[in-house]
Parts: sequence; C-alpha cells; structure tokens
Amino acid sequence: MWENLQILFAAPVFNVQLLLNGLTVGAVFALAAYGLALVWGVTNVKNLAQGDFVMAGGYGAYEFSKHGLNPLYAIVPTAAVMFVLGWLVYRLVIKRVIQLDLFTSLLATFGLAIVIQQALNLVFGPDVRTARSGLAEIQMFGNMVTVSEIRLVAFALCVLLAIVMVLYLKNSRMGQAIRATAQDPRAARVLGVNTDRVYALTFSINAAICGAAGALIAMIWVIQPFYGIAYSVRAFVIVTAAGLGNLPGVILAALGLGVLEQYSGFILGAQLQQATVVGLLLVILVWRQILLLRQRKALQ
Amino acid sequence: MTRRSLLLQVAILAAGIAAPFLFPGHTLQVAVLWMMILFAMTWDTMGGQMGYNSLGNILYFGFGMYVCAVTQIGMVYDVAEYTAATGAIKVDFTRQEYFEGLALGVLLAALGATALAAVLSRILLGLRGPYFAIGTLGAAIAAAELTAAWGFVGGGSGISMPVFPGGPGDRERFFYFMFLVAAVLCYLFLRWLYGTRFGLAINAIRDDEDKAEALGLHTVRYKTVAWCTSAFFLGIAGALFGNMNGFIEPLEVAYPTLTFGIFMVAMTLLGGKGTLWGPILGAALFYTIQQITWTYLLGWQYIALGVLIIVNVVYFQQGIMGWLKDRKPEWFGVRVEPVPGSAARDGSS
Repeated sequence: MWENLQILFAAPVFNVQLLLNGLTVGAVFALAAYGLALVWGVTNVKNLAQGDFVMAGGYGAYEFSKHGLNPLYAIVPTAAVMFVLGWLVYRLVIKRVIQLDLFTSLLATFGLAIVIQQALNLVFGPDVRTARSGLAEIQMFGNMVTVSEIRLVAFALCVLLAIVMVLYLKNSRMGQAIRATAQDPRAARVLGVNTDRVYALTFSINAAICGAAGALIAMIWVIQPFYGIAYSVRAFVIVTAAGLGNLPGVILAALGLGVLEQYSGFILGAQLQQATVVGLLLVILVWRQILLLRQRKALQ
Repeated sequence: MTRRSLLLQVAILAAGIAAPFLFPGHTLQVAVLWMMILFAMTWDTMGGQMGYNSLGNILYFGFGMYVCAVTQIGMVYDVAEYTAATGAIKVDFTRQEYFEGLALGVLLAALGATALAAVLSRILLGLRGPYFAIGTLGAAIAAAELTAAWGFVGGGSGISMPVFPGGPGDRERFFYFMFLVAAVLCYLFLRWLYGTRFGLAINAIRDDEDKAEALGLHTVRYKTVAWCTSAFFLGIAGALFGNMNGFIEPLEVAYPTLTFGIFMVAMTLLGGKGTLWGPILGAALFYTIQQITWTYLLGWQYIALGVLIIVNVVYFQQGIMGWLKDRKPEWFGVRVEPVPGSAARDGSS
C-alpha cells in the first residue's frame, strides 16, 4: 500500500494515467446517475435496478457487435431496445408502485435487479466480457501513459448526450411536461398533462440512457452480469452527494468518484475497489446526517 | 391468549420436536426452516413493527458467524496459522474443547453482534426511509468485501470449521435442536416484547416518528434497542449456521445479501409485516416454495425469486396476515358492525 503511494509521488506521470482513466469512466457514471436523478425527481422511485439496466445495455452492445456491428454504432439500437424494455417495465411494475410508499418501490426495483442480473447470467454466462470497438490507443509522455481512443470518444459522447438531454428537457413540449410533473404532479394533471405518459417516458428515457452508458462501459471497461449492483451503488453515491436536480453537481461528483476509484484501486489494490464504493456511500450518508443534525440544532 | 392459539403453539412445538425423528433425511432442511423463521421474526422487529426497512440485517448473521469461528479456533489454535493453512491442519478438537468453544463462541457472537448493532445505530439510525435501506445494504456489502480482503480470517477462501465430535446423525440433530431452541426463544421474547410499552413505542415510531418524539419518547434509544434485539438473535443464528455448514466464507455463506439477506424481507412481506405470526407463516410458506423451485427450476430459481418479490410487493402488499385481517377481522378480535347499505370491509385498521 505504502509502496504504491510512493510510486505516485516518485513518478507523477502515473497520476496523469489515473486521472485520465478516472475521468473517462466517471463520465459514464455521470450518465447512469443522471438517469437515476431524472427518475427519482419525476416519479420519486429510487431505482435499485439502475446498474442492472447499465449491464443489460452493455450486453446489448456486446450482442450487436458479435453480429458484425461496430459497438460504437450499436449504441443507437441498444438504447432503442432499452427504451422499449423500460416502457415494458414501467407498464408492468413501476406504474403500480409509484403511488405506494417508498420502500415498496425500492424493493420492487430490487426484485427487478435480481431478475435482470440472473437473466443475463443465464443467457450470457458469468464470464467477464468486453466489446471491441477497433479503435487505436494513444501513447503519451514517452509511452508512459496509454489512453485508448474509445475512452475519449466515450467521454465526448457522454457530454453530447447530456447536452441533448438538457436541451430536450428545457425546450421541447414533452420536456416541459416532465419538468412540470416533477414540480407538482397534481397541478400538472389539472393543467392537462398526461402524467402517466410522462412517467412512462421518463422511465423509458432513463433505461435508454442506461443502455447507452452500458454500451460505452462494454467498450472501455468490462461487463459481467453481477457488476450491476456496483453501478447502482455508484449512481446512488453520486446523486446523494450532489442532490437532486443539480446537474453540475452530478457531473462533478461522478468525475470525482471515477478518479477516486482509480486512485483507491491503485493504492489499496483491486480487491478493495467495491468496498471503497460502498464505504463512500456510507460516508456520504453519514455526512448528510451530520448536516441534518446541525440544521436540527439550529432550530432548538 | 385463547385456548386455541395455545393449542396451536403446542402442536407446532411438538411437530418441531418430532420432525428430525420422523424425517431423518431432511433434518438439516428443517433446521434451516427454523432459521428462516428466526430471520423473518428479527427482520419484522425493525421493518414491520418499527417501520425501519433494513436491507442489510444479514450483516449481524455473518458477523456472529465469524466471531464464533474465531473464538472456537482461537481457544485451541493460532487463528492466523489455522486460516492460512486453509484446512490443511487437521483439527482434532476433543469433545470438551469443541462444546466449550461452541458455547463461548455462540455467546460472544450474540454479544458481539449486539455491540456492533449498538455502534451502527449511532451511524445509521438517523437515516430514514429509503436512505436507511440503501445505507444498510451498503454496510452489508462493505462487510462482505472487507472480510473477503482480510487474510486473518481466511479472506475469500474462508475457514473450515472444527469437526463435530460424534456421528453425522448426532451432528444434524444437535444443530437442529439448537436452531429450534433459538427460534422458540426468539418467538417468546418478541411476543413478550411487543406486549410491553416498548412494543407500543416502536409502533409509534413506525406510525409517525416526529410525533412520537414530540410526545417525549426517546426514539433513538428505542430504535437502538430494537436493532440490538434483532442483532442478538441473528448473531446466534450465524454462529450456529457456520458450525452446521462446516465451512464459512464471506460472500455466499456469511453475508449472502442476495439470498438470505433478501429472503428475510421477502418472507416477512409475504406473511404480512407488523404482525407476530405473519413472519412465521411467511417464512414457512416461502421456504417451502424456495425448496421446490430450487430443486425443479435449475438455473431459473433466482429469477423466480425476483418475480416472487415483485409480485408480492406490487400486487400483494399486505401479506397473508394483512389479507386475513381484511377478510376475517373477527379472527383478530376486531368487531365489525354491519353498516346497512355498505360493505363493511375495513374494520381492521
């Protein structure tokens, strides 16, 4: 552990490698977290199957690429398939838990997470997979730092997708309806917004975003049926740390988490990577609690 | 208590005592059934009676298991040396060494899990609703990962437990009755507890925590004690299960968030949370379904489990007991006056 820390100081170029890896992965985390925040804000359902949607998207891209499609182009059909899947899930499950208490929706999505990951496990097997994009790698600092082009492309795509989403929510008629529903569903219904359609669309858009994120993960990293829970936890860490409806916060937190994970993976060893993520979740929850406690003291 | 429910309890107890002699081939399976009942009852203390839905109660199960294992081995051998050998050291525990170690181990497991719950209460019980559920899930996953990375307790390759002195039939029966006693004690204790002021207080916390606090209840103290109660029994269950299984390992045996951890919740919801008998009924029914699906739905069992959870939460929220209460309120001592012109159905709540 200490030796690894010393390497970072002795050879600063490793920091560049870790930062680049962290930022590119963090951009994908940001996508999943953004989808979670969107659904959370609009429907008040905390989707514990978020990470499993990401994995499903990853396997979608993997499957398309196996049939000869470049995974980079496979993002579009994957997102489309996930959109339909999201619509189905909404109709069958989410629609019925929106009105019920929060733990119900949490548990229902947890059940969904189990179904998705086990279905993926049955279809694709428990092996770790990756989709080859066929792009080259860039060497920097005299071959000390390697960045594959696909990571940069993924980063750019994440930024693009985020901009498209923000513009859509801001300007389109449906985007306005979504935002209105998030603010006050009852008032939106009174004013003629079909909130059921808004919920369905929001959930499907989230699934599509997750699908795109998963396709990118399949190209820049690895996918495995049971890695989904880690992405769910990450998305929760990011959204809880940043707060709902705070897009710059979500992006910053996601990039920060990506970098932090790379550093902890390097310093503490890869077997503690997942423990770091959930440890961070606990730290953030406790930190929130301390903030609330202070607020409470001020009231006395 | 009515005569009928007393008779029912005596009948269940008699069936429990007779089971290992009637079905000697299935002793371990029925022992796990008692453990499941204990799981559901302890989860209900938090989730049903107090409204704090924990997804990570399995943490205390695994913690108790490891505390007991380390105690048992530590009394005779050097633990680090033993685990490093991963079963290569042939363990010869004499009868006396084994049972002394087991007794002390179970005791320390129960107390250790209780102490851990007291510590975690300070950290996690300020969280409410879904944050509590996610926080406890995180704690359980973190515990599994940290244990898997900790070489002293064998890391991911686990510990093989001391061998039971005696024949295989003896071993099964011994742990069967240990589980039976643990589950019955847990039932009796909780039945007494829910009847006291404490039971009313945690119900008040479930219904409205802010109002309960405003009425002068020291809610943090009540919540801590409730969680410690769950942890105490879960610690015992973990210690016993580790020994019954003969081999412990962090991800599948000690901290199985996706199996036992979620079973607890599913069983309680199936039976009807917030009732004394709901979890017991739910556990028995769920475990039966699970045994059948695990045998006949090779590979598909987890999908069946996920679907069962979804269907249960989405379409059958109130559980069996809640449904019965709705249909037959008179069984629960609720008198429903027939109102002319309208169907008298919701006299229960």
